Amino acid sequence: MPILEVNNLEVRFPMREGELIAIRDISFSIDRGERLGIVGESGAGKSVAAFAILRLVGRPGYISGGQILFEGNDLASLSPEQLRQFRGNQITMIFQDPMMTLNPVLTIGTQMIECLQTHKGMRRREARELAVEKLRSVAIPSPEARINQYPHELSGGMRQRVVIAIALLTDPEIIIADEPTTALDVTIQAEIMELLLELCEKHQVALILITHDLGVVSEITQRAIVMYAGRIVEEGPTRSIIEQARHPYTQGLINALPERTRPGQRLNQIPGSMPTLMQIPPGCAFHPRCEHVTDVCRTQVPDYTRFDHSRVACHWVAVQEQTSV
Amino acid sequence: MIAFFIKRLGQALVVMIVISLIAFSIQDNLGDPLRELVGQSVSEAERQALRDEMGLNDPFLVQYWRFLKRAVKGDLGNSYFFKRPALEVIMEKLPATVELVMGATLIILLFSIPIGVYCAINPRNWFTRLMMGTSIIGISIPVFLTAILLIYLFSIELGWFPSFGRGETIVIFGGWHTGLLTSDGLMHLVLPSVALSSIMLPLFIRLIRSEMMEVLEQEYIRFAWAKGLTRRRIWFLHALKNTLLPVITVGGVQIGTMIAYTILTETVFQWPGMGFLFLEAVNRVDTPLIIAYLIVVGLIFVVTNTLVDLIYGLVNPTVKLTGGEA
Repeated sequence: MPILEVNNLEVRFPMREGELIAIRDISFSIDRGERLGIVGESGAGKSVAAFAILRLVGRPGYISGGQILFEGNDLASLSPEQLRQFRGNQITMIFQDPMMTLNPVLTIGTQMIECLQTHKGMRRREARELAVEKLRSVAIPSPEARINQYPHELSGGMRQRVVIAIALLTDPEIIIADEPTTALDVTIQAEIMELLLELCEKHQVALILITHDLGVVSEITQRAIVMYAGRIVEEGPTRSIIEQARHPYTQGLINALPERTRPGQRLNQIPGSMPTLMQIPPGCAFHPRCEHVTDVCRTQVPDYTRFDHSRVACHWVAVQEQTSV
Repeated sequence: MIAFFIKRLGQALVVMIVISLIAFSIQDNLGDPLRELVGQSVSEAERQALRDEMGLNDPFLVQYWRFLKRAVKGDLGNSYFFKRPALEVIMEKLPATVELVMGATLIILLFSIPIGVYCAINPRNWFTRLMMGTSIIGISIPVFLTAILLIYLFSIELGWFPSFGRGETIVIFGGWHTGLLTSDGLMHLVLPSVALSSIMLPLFIRLIRSEMMEVLEQEYIRFAWAKGLTRRRIWFLHALKNTLLPVITVGGVQIGTMIAYTILTETVFQWPGMGFLFLEAVNRVDTPLIIAYLIVVGLIFVVTNTLVDLIYGLVNPTVKLTGGEA
């Protein structure tokens, strides 16, 4: 029984030249305690999809279709006040850049305590004790002192730990993490990812991890979704996606990993670049860059070909599957 | 904190010396003070003797040094017209001006923050459009014109408020004449305060609106929404606190500027304050009074700016009040 189910989600941005469809036909689900990765290049719509779950798509974007079912409630159609009860309570978020995420003029304590006061109706003192405890659980040294400090007194890594502590504060069911380590030093990235993994396992929290880093996805998540130009092109267990990717785009991504190249050899790359949302090619959006392209790819958007635990949107895969049967 | 204070004090001193130098050098460019002091019957020889006696023939720097030595003791010379110490004359008029500026500041504080915030939150609302339109008009119309329009509308046509003077005043401690404690005095304060705030208020509404709109786009506000906080808390704590930081800096300077604007307002409303006095002094070529006015106003500027810096340092956690480069 999935805890969150997203059905046919679509987000549009009204522009002067007409409406841009940032993501279309996005469907996925996540079970209690499961860790799901959403991978793709910048501009593929993975962040939009993540923010859309809590209806936090930046203006002028809006959800133009689909359902977001969380414990039987459709988050897409709740009133703002009802939605607010879920935000930061059962579903929390970790943002990309910890330097920008925390309010510069409020203390760490204020920014933590307010969550507990808002969602759990706690008294100040009680909330403060819990906040200190959570800071300790994300390995922040001397949390009693840190809680009175302002964000600028903390390093980037420390700030992201604070953000993680805030995300865990209300014992959420799901944490949505939007590239939580991209803005950090390489040396700290692994630490933060490990911490996040450990805490999610310990508290049985489901994690939706948005990233462009396939390495991180393979280490952290159990299932992965690959997005291209606003659509899901492949979904399946992380292991099978890494080891036997079916979609030509996913294959290209994995071949481009430095580990797949011998030292001294040029890195593999997918020719061309992802189209912008304004000029998505007809048919399969990947066809101009695909080595297996056929006529049908140029005209028809591929349906999902389903396998036991995965699905792929590709004509080439579909044909292969049919002939092999 | 103490280091910061000493540093600011040093800066203030330099500014005051520059102001006094400029103010003092005006003296030679405003005509002959003797013409104002003595009658036509006094002969040229006697005038020359009087000049020597008053030290008007000494070199500029000698005169300036003498002026400074007296100024430090609080003696800015005698007003030619009032035949009394210029500082004393100005201090008598100070309460009227301060109360006028206070009235205008109160109006600005009371209206600019709620309206500015509202316009930032509802950028496409009809009220916002109305405010943005009228604020441009408000900024563009000179104070004296606004003042005359106010008098015409509210004194002459409607008869709600008196059009000139301070009304009834009472003396509180230290010889301070206040109009704030009598209903007549308060009624007299309304129109001049509105007129004085007519440029600053729209300026502040626009400033607060644009700052707030910028803040609302910040990532930490989006994070606050993601935390499921109430709209009230996000707008009035998370966003407003960040909005007001730059506004405090600009605001402090503007309060100083407002003292300068009082010259126009006070003249139109015959408000017996420093600005009105200054204009009279200019007409009478009352040099010591003009100099004293410039120095007092300069001092008020310096003091308010220092206070603003102090307050800013206390409100903004990322600024530390130290003597060094911070």
